[in-house]
Amino acid sequence: MAYTTSAMKDHLGQTTRSDTWWLNPAAMALTFVVFVIYATWAALQSDFYTYPRGSEHYTYLSPFYSPPFQEYFPNINAFKIFPAFWVVWLPIAFRLTCYYGRKAYFRSIMMSPPACAVGKGERGYRGETALPWILNNMHRYFLYLIAVLVVFHWFHFFQAFRFFPDHRAAEFGMGVGTLVIVADTVLLTLYVGSCHSFRHIIGGNVDCFSCARGGELRHKSWKGVSWLNQYHNLFFWASLITVGFADLYIRMCAMGIWTDVRFF
Amino acid sequence: MSNNVHMRVFRGDQTGGGFKDYQVQADEGMVVLDVIHRIQAEQAPDLSCRWNCKAGKCGSCSAEVNGKPKLMCMTRMDTFTPGQTITVEPIKTFPLIKDLVTDVSWNFQVNKKIPPFKPRPKNPDGTWRMMQYEADRVQEFRKCIECFLCQDVCHVLRNHGKHEDFFGPRFMVRLASLEMHPLDAADRLKLIKEIGGIGFCNITKCCTEVCPEDIHITDNAIIPLKERVADRFYDPLTRLFRIFAGGGQK
Repeated sequence: MAYTTSAMKDHLGQTTRSDTWWLNPAAMALTFVVFVIYATWAALQSDFYTYPRGSEHYTYLSPFYSPPFQEYFPNINAFKIFPAFWVVWLPIAFRLTCYYGRKAYFRSIMMSPPACAVGKGERGYRGETALPWILNNMHRYFLYLIAVLVVFHWFHFFQAFRFFPDHRAAEFGMGVGTLVIVADTVLLTLYVGSCHSFRHIIGGNVDCFSCARGGELRHKSWKGVSWLNQYHNLFFWASLITVGFADLYIRMCAMGIWTDVRFF
Repeated sequence: MSNNVHMRVFRGDQTGGGFKDYQVQADEGMVVLDVIHRIQAEQAPDLSCRWNCKAGKCGSCSAEVNGKPKLMCMTRMDTFTPGQTITVEPIKTFPLIKDLVTDVSWNFQVNKKIPPFKPRPKNPDGTWRMMQYEADRVQEFRKCIECFLCQDVCHVLRNHGKHEDFFGPRFMVRLASLEMHPLDAADRLKLIKEIGGIGFCNITKCCTEVCPEDIHITDNAIIPLKERVADRFYDPLTRLFRIFAGGGQK
């Protein structure tokens, strides 16, 4: 016998809630839309993603183009694919399948539901039992791959301290762009390191730590990642904003619109 | 100090009903349940509501206060803006019996489908032994008072009526408490996926938001169970790794 509830016929947005329940999903939706528009535009530029622009020895590299496949493997240019596309599919896939990301876009974009105890209109629902959302179970594979991308971010993190004045030998320095890249790299690392799948792999999948091989170490690791995991939502948004801002900052410097201020 | 409050309380049964307005005197320190009791005592003796402990531990007085699933006994009147109309209605996911009382017996039927705790064989010294730090993880789930607010707010049940396909957050918590128990040897992953319908949860975390016991239902119960289901049914690499590495999971 099919079950019916009094809320099943509620139209989208119908609720007796008297608070501003729409504010949070609206803010999330706005952030997503602004980011997607900017990121798409930036990925289609294929220029101004290093500073100094076009130099063999650059200090800053936009995270949208890291790792620079077209630099490491020049032959891939034959595919006529925008260079950023070799990179950006991975963070997109990671964020789309992210457990916090699901909450964010299911509420704000899919409105399924837009907020707790708020009507979503009559519509079919299969959740993550069928395509396309069943693919969210692949999150761990994107985690493995994005761990490699984080290593490249750290490589470019250290590169952001190397300046090449007048194309001479590299010298140690720090500019505003360095801080922007530091923020991006650290927050991306925290976002990936607080991932629910990582928490599971590192120890969450163990029931009896005292019986498991390396159980004590796994328990400590699991406790550490669990602590970080409490802030996964914060890292999700902070790293999304800093990755976009890092590209914007480097792009503006490369275009000559902004000047990178060097501290030393 | 007391003040006059405007209450809108749902009155009716399965044949129909609607909101009825009451002006009530609310004294300092009162909770919504106290005000409902005052309406019962002074204006509407036939108003039905379920309650028991008045201390947030029995889970009986679940309702929707200003549209939010809450325990009436834990919702203080001084949290509302003076002059604000306060709406009280029954939880929407279960059939209405009368006024604020619903029939939550479906939950007890679901509970019967879950295989109980099955201890693993004893240690060679004839004991079952586990460490405190291992017990701590499942202890959180034992805080559940079965108020069913998480079931009420879950859109899979509330808006889609998937009661036949999905156990709901409350029973994902119960399943997690058994599956993660260091001494339990039963395997419930197939049940969790196929009968419990964990795939229907799309992680919108409303269950966690309304839990009066502050159980991290999504992060600590549902997501770890989803990961275990992914290990078994969606991840050939992990299965291969397990064959070679062994480990402490049952």
